[in-house]
Order: sequence, then structure tokens, then C-alpha cells
Amino acid sequence: MSQVLKIKDLHQTFEQGTVNENRVLRGINLELVAGDFVTIIGSNGAGKSTLLNSIAGTLPIKQGQIILNGNDITKLPVTRRAEKISRVFQDPKMGTAVRLTVEENLALAMKRGQKRGFRAGVKKKDRDFFKSQLAQLNLNLENRLGTEIGLLSGGQRQAITLLMATLRRPDLILLDEHTAALDPKTSITVMQLTEKLINEQNLTAFMVTHNMEDAIRYGNRLIMLHQGRVALDLTEKEKKSLTVAKLMEMFQKQVGTEVKDDAMLLA
Amino acid sequence: MINTFWELFLSATSQGLLWSLMAIGVYLTFRILDLADMTAEGSFPLGGAIATMCLIKGINPILATLAAFVGGLIAGFVTGVLNTKLRIPSLLAGIITMTGLYSITSRVMQNAANVSLLGKDTIFTIAQNWGLSRNNAVILMGVIVVFIVIALLVIFFRTEIGLAMRATGDNIQMSAANGIKTQGMKILGYMISNGCIALSGALLAQNNGFADLNSGVGTIVIGLASIIIAEVLLRNLSIGARLLTLILGAIIYRLILALVFQMNVEPSDAKLASALVLVVCLALPNFHLPHNLKKGDKNVSSLKN
Ligand SMILES: Nc1ncnc2c1ncn2[C@@H]1O[C@H](COP(=O)(O)OP(=O)(O)O)[C@@H](O)[C@H]1O
Ligand SMILES: [Mg+2]
Repeated sequence: MSQVLKIKDLHQTFEQGTVNENRVLRGINLELVAGDFVTIIGSNGAGKSTLLNSIAGTLPIKQGQIILNGNDITKLPVTRRAEKISRVFQDPKMGTAVRLTVEENLALAMKRGQKRGFRAGVKKKDRDFFKSQLAQLNLNLENRLGTEIGLLSGGQRQAITLLMATLRRPDLILLDEHTAALDPKTSITVMQLTEKLINEQNLTAFMVTHNMEDAIRYGNRLIMLHQGRVALDLTEKEKKSLTVAKLMEMFQKQVGTEVKDDAMLLA
Repeated sequence: MINTFWELFLSATSQGLLWSLMAIGVYLTFRILDLADMTAEGSFPLGGAIATMCLIKGINPILATLAAFVGGLIAGFVTGVLNTKLRIPSLLAGIITMTGLYSITSRVMQNAANVSLLGKDTIFTIAQNWGLSRNNAVILMGVIVVFIVIALLVIFFRTEIGLAMRATGDNIQMSAANGIKTQGMKILGYMISNGCIALSGALLAQNNGFADLNSGVGTIVIGLASIIIAEVLLRNLSIGARLLTLILGAIIYRLILALVFQMNVEPSDAKLASALVLVVCLALPNFHLPHNLKKGDKNVSSLKN
């Protein structure tokens, strides 16, 4: 299997050298091979978003290395990583441009990381493709290409963001609690859509979730972050027989007893 | 009575048309890019100065007007670089450029505060030579220039780069995540915006018959007021329709000013009138400013972007 992502000894410290110094990541080492769908769990503030931000390039990296498809991208800005990496954020508002229409947003995503010129932004030939892509969401969006995104619901927007993130096949897709802001029913729809899109294109993915069941149900690998390190790294085989109760037990063994009243476990 | 009103209306229309380019320029930064750009007050007199000096040298009026547009592009480029590459907040970056431009415009005008165009051919005398009255010539030329600008902008905003620019103003994180070079988009936006504003300055100098070093003061307020009037009258329009309504906003604003002038006020009171019109409009509940100039923002975060 070919290696897609390699994270070498990644550290992230906020407010370094002050009394508020916060060592969030303390040496993360990870390797993902093509097709890996990794779910990430960890308590609030464990550094899950910080890890994804470091990979995507929104946080500069002082210590450690990120290698994507054999290329060192540690110093590349977000815009240069965008061709290979796509993202879906927790907040449905983050993933789309509100005042642009559905088709304009999709057209932007079609060109993710590509050179943009003076050709038509939304091309006639793309409209049919957009329609068929929207149709598979089953949200009746296929006839709303001209609707401003801002007029859609959070769930609809998140589904579109997900579509945008896969419209042009990314080498790596980063999902950061992307269903957390949705109601339970929509959340399930979007999660199933996520799995469908990832499986269809055999994408390599990171999915942060606070939902233990989702973390177990989806993907082929499960990682737990704790105190800035990877505290658990379970394979597909180990995941198969896993239950929420067992997972909590394993977590406690790893990090001691303080987890009992951890906010994460309430999820 | 009807005659004077008709004349008032015609004059407001011709003036409004030329000022609408200022409103369009301000709209591009304030609304499309969500940036508070004060460069306008420097690029407006710069445009007037460049066009006037070119005309005095006997350069073709159309070329002279285009030269002014290019001057505005450069002014916008400077602000754009200050804002994005040097990370100076947009409001401050604009003020810096505007301040520097004062000296540059003064040099363009060879250190005179006023340069007359008396007896020189202008873009409007071209139309007058076709047999039109002065005011009709201004209206015709104004309509031609403004419609060309709006048509080009509408086409531009439908291109890949145009979409990318609108997305940048709308959601900068999402834009970056989709590989849009947001800094470049901002710089380009500043350039086009100030190009339009310099164009407005060039046309108004040719209409007034002189270039004025100090003509930039308060122009941003005029641009904003026109935008607000247009937005209050007609809500939720597509970009093309919105740009067209800016003409209406600029004309109505001129009418309001003309009515104020009927009340025996000094010409210098016009700025106070402009300011008051803007205050009234800003007090309207539905009006919004760029995020870095939010209404009643107590955290003084207006210098952040
Ligand atoms: N840009 C930042 N500046 C300062 N502190 C930050 C920043 N981003 C995150 N943090 C801090 O880092 C810690 C981890 O945050 P985060 O990665 O968002 O956690 P998680 O996503 O696992 O809940 C938190 O204590 C948070 O306050
Ligand atoms: Mg998080």
C-alpha cells in the first residue's frame, strides 16, 4: 500500500514562552496509506482541530514535518495545499460562500487548487454534472443550482460542502466534527453521505468526531489523542469487535482514571 | 417652476452618472470584498489631475480618461500590497495611500492646487461637437462610460477569477481552503475599485472644467451614501442589477443635495449635508458595514483587518 500522509514528530505550542504556554501537540507521529479512513477521538481541547489545522496549513508549523505523497509540505501555505487536501468544518457556515449560488460554490470547488482564469466561472457543461452530483444527496437540491447558499439549511449546506470537498478528488480529506452542529437526523444523513463519498472514491480521510459510536462504526482505523500524543491507535480488525464500553475501558487504561468525568464521554 | 425642476433633474442626472462610478468603486471594496478602503479620497483627485494634465498636453480625451483609470489601478495596487503583504489593516492602508497620493497628485498638477481646462477639448466636447447641448453631452458620455464599466464588471464577476474574488469577500477561510489566492484577489479588487474611482474623478474634472487637488475630501461619504440609498430602495439584487441601481442612488443623492442648495446654503455646506445624509442612512436598522467597521463595535476591532 502506498503511503499518502506521514506526520513526523509534530509539535504545536500556543503562547510559547508566556505563563499561558499551552503545549497542545507533543510529538505526533502518524502514517496513513491510501484508502485509510481514520476516525479521531479525544476530549475537548485534546488538539484534534489543531492537528487538522496543521495538516491543512492554517497553522504554521515550528517543529515537526508533514509529508504528503512523498512531498514535504510543512512550509506550504493553505492555498498551495488545497489542490491535494480538502476540508469540511464543524460550522456549516464555514464551508461555503453565502452570497454565492449553489452552482457558483460548486464551480469554485471544481477548480480547487487549479489555476483560475477568465473563462466562465460556471460552465454549461458542468451544470449537468452538478445536477447529478446534487441528486445523489437526496435533499432535492438538484433544481436549486441558482439559489444563494445562504438561504439553505445547515444540513443542506454541510452536504454541499461535503460534495465540494470531493468534487475534485483530494488526496486527503479532513473532516472536523462536521456533523456536530446538525440535528440528529440530518447528522445521520450527512454521515452516511460521508461514508458513501469516501468509499466511492476510495479517499484517504481523517474524521474527527465526538461521537464514540460513529468513531467505531466508520472508517478502518481509530485514533485517540490525549495530552498531545496518540494514546490509542486501533486497526480495522481491532475496531470490528469494539464497543463503546470497551473503548472507554481501553482509554482509561491508557491515560489513567481521570477520564471518568471527561466531557467527551458524555457524547 | 416645472422648468427649473426639470433643469435640476437633468443636472442631477448628469452629475449622478459621473459620481456613480465612485459609488461602484466604493461598492467593490466595501461590499464585494468587505474591506474599508479610504484610498478613494486620494485616487479621485488623482484621476482628475491625470486626465486634466493629459488634456492640457493635447492628448486625446479618451486616452486621457483611460490614463486616469490606470492611475487609479496603481493607487489601488499600493493599498492592496500594504494591506495584504505588509499586513496593515485596510482602513489604515487606505489612509496611508491617500495621504501619500496628495503629494503625488500635487506633483502631477505641477504644484498647483487648481488646473483649468478652459478651452481644452474634453470627452464631453466630443459629444457636443455632434450637436448636443452641454448637459445632454455629459449625460450621453456618462451613460456610455458607466454602462461599459458595468458590463465589463458583470462579465468579470462571472469568470473564474471573478467568482474567486466574490468568494474571498464572502468567506476568506473557505476561499483559501479551495486554493484561491485571497491576497491576490484583494489586491485586484483594490485596483479595479480605485480605477473606477479615478475614472469618476477624471470625468468630473472634465465636467467641472478644472482639476482640484482638494476635491477628494468627503468623496467616500458620497460613494457610501449612494450605495445606501440604492440598497434601501431595492433590496437583495444580483450584482449586475445592484451596480445599475448605484446609478440611481448617485442621482438621488445629487437631487437631495440640489434641494439642499435651494435653501440658500454656502457651497462648503455640501459636505455637512453629505455627512448628515450618511448619518440618516446608517441609522436605518437594516444597513450593514464591512465586518471591520461594524456598527456600534465596542471592541474597536475596526483596525484589525
Ligand atoms: N489559534 C490558537 N491560539 C491559541 N490557542 C489555541 C488556538 N487553537 C487552539 N488553541 C488551544 O489549543 C487547545 C486545543 O484546541 P483544539 O485543537 O481546538 O482542541 P479539540 O479540537 O481537540 O477540541 C485548546 O486549549 C485551545 O484553547
Ligand atoms: Mg475541535
